[in-house]
Amino acid sequence: MSKLYTFLKYFFITFWTVFVVAPFLWAVSTSFKDFQSVNSKVTYIPWLDFEPTLEGWRVLIKSPAKGGVDIVEPYFNSIFVTCTASLISIVLGTLAAYALSRFTFKAGFVRNNDITFFFISQRIMPPIVLSIPFFIFLSTIGLLDSLLGLVVVYIVLLMPIAVWIMVDFFNRVPKELDETALIDGCNPYQAFYKVVLPNSIPGLIVAGMFCIIFGWIDFFFAFILTFTEVQLLPVKVVALNSSITPWWSLSASALVSVAPLIIVAFIVERYLSKGNLSGALK
Amino acid sequence: MNLIGEKISYKPDEQFHLNDVSFNFKKGNLYTILGRTLSGKTTLLKTIAGLLNPDQGSISFEEKDFIKIPVWERNVAMVYQQFINYPHLNVYENITFPLEQRKLSPEQIKKDVDEALKTVGLVGFENRKIQELSGGQQQRVALARSLAKKAKILLLDEPLVNLDYKLREQLREEFKRIFSEGLSQDTILIYSTTDPQEVMELNGEVIVLDEGKVLQKGPAKEIFENPSNLKVAEISNDPPMNVLKGSKNLKNLNFENISLEIPNHFKNLEDKDYNFGIRASEIKLDENGEEFEIELAEISGSETLLHLKRGNSKIIALIEEVMNFKIHEKVKINFNANKFYAFGEDEKLVSSPYGGTNGKN
Repeated sequence: MSKLYTFLKYFFITFWTVFVVAPFLWAVSTSFKDFQSVNSKVTYIPWLDFEPTLEGWRVLIKSPAKGGVDIVEPYFNSIFVTCTASLISIVLGTLAAYALSRFTFKAGFVRNNDITFFFISQRIMPPIVLSIPFFIFLSTIGLLDSLLGLVVVYIVLLMPIAVWIMVDFFNRVPKELDETALIDGCNPYQAFYKVVLPNSIPGLIVAGMFCIIFGWIDFFFAFILTFTEVQLLPVKVVALNSSITPWWSLSASALVSVAPLIIVAFIVERYLSKGNLSGALK
Repeated sequence: MNLIGEKISYKPDEQFHLNDVSFNFKKGNLYTILGRTLSGKTTLLKTIAGLLNPDQGSISFEEKDFIKIPVWERNVAMVYQQFINYPHLNVYENITFPLEQRKLSPEQIKKDVDEALKTVGLVGFENRKIQELSGGQQQRVALARSLAKKAKILLLDEPLVNLDYKLREQLREEFKRIFSEGLSQDTILIYSTTDPQEVMELNGEVIVLDEGKVLQKGPAKEIFENPSNLKVAEISNDPPMNVLKGSKNLKNLNFENISLEIPNHFKNLEDKDYNFGIRASEIKLDENGEEFEIELAEISGSETLLHLKRGNSKIIALIEEVMNFKIHEKVKINFNANKFYAFGEDEKLVSSPYGGTNGKN
């Protein structure tokens, strides 16, 4: 029984690993091919099946004037928009979540849970419903096709995630911990940043990770709300696909797009296994 | 200079959590609040700490209106029944936290913390993480943090309830030592518990609380000997005091077709119906006694708790040896008539073996 279990376990792990990693290897291999190697016959292994070339990668940093596509600027735009929006969402979302977790709000029939649901409901709606209002809103305040406009829109998208995760997290931090801090001479603000916040790092990391992922991969709003002035990475990558599909530079740009998320995942994983609250919760 | 509470009421929802509670706590004394779960003990302590604001009533300390002072300026200390420490700090930092908050000098902090660590017996654990400690040690850290503060009001909310039996016994002993040595004459110590035994051992002034109301106040001995009514008698005994509905006539006490000779302290009692109270420990197995049916027999440590039934009355007897009984078996028992309490039909104490009556209290 246990032997079979071990076998099945390793079988599925192997299967899943191949399933996940194969497309990446395929993309890595493709990014070093030229037109000939992609279109003439199926090729896999560099030097053996085809002669590797860096052309696919070079195109990415060449300016359009020299026949390149230059994803450097969109890349930094994406980093800027994602990080700024995530940071603001986390800061505001954490404060909102703390309030929702610790204080009781009453406004007519609205209670804490309704407010939390209101935040989440922003994510339940299909994004396309919001596209026209956002478009009109941004054009009215003159922020269409600008980084700032995108940051504003992304905050709307990301803050619900932060609030949702952090409310749940704060609900699991015993209220007595805040009370002890108050009794020990902290005013409510000190209690929050000296005691509650340091114990919420695992939650903040999870929330931050989700914000970064959802901000980074968004294509829809980046596509609708920008034209020529500002471009974000997802739009630029998809735009590579014109009359001829340049598989080599498409693969290369896809790889550089995923790279930051992979790095984030590795860093976050280390912190997640470290942090726990068992000392306070027991 | 006392901590005085007057007519404090707190009613956040349908029910009173505190109902017209008054107290006068003097410095250098130990007060215990005895009550069952949800009787309002924690609410009362939180009100004193300032975490809750009462709907009515006033609290004053050192002649100042306490309610106007926010929690963080009140200089109280509190130990919770859950082991609450700062998980992101180690043992030493946990204890220094409130002292640093008050901006004491580093020398003073070091001195106070070392002293507190010594008192609770955690010397050598300074650099441990909180998560690495056992429950008892975590509670010691919480206690050390409270002691190091040298707060004028120290609140302990059922500090032993979440510990296992052995540790509880051990820490209870230590508490008695800590309270007598480690506290200055300036401190008011308030200790809440559900356990009558703890109250008797700590031997301070007792407030019996039930459903947010104060039922009785007085020294531990007085509460034990002369509970002012049936509720107090139930709350202040473990197992709760047995209650038998019956009557007294010229010659006998009668209940459940049992007649007992009238004990001396009942001689002057009016002839009428009473609720008779008798502690579980005053009931003995006796071949010549009255027949009861066993409903349940629990062995607890070296004692056996017999849940007995006769007619409409259910009682608990505490037998001081380990014995095996079958359920529904019949046993014969005898009551120590000299230890009977009489409560009126209004449940107030009428006569006690220790001479108290409701009128006296």
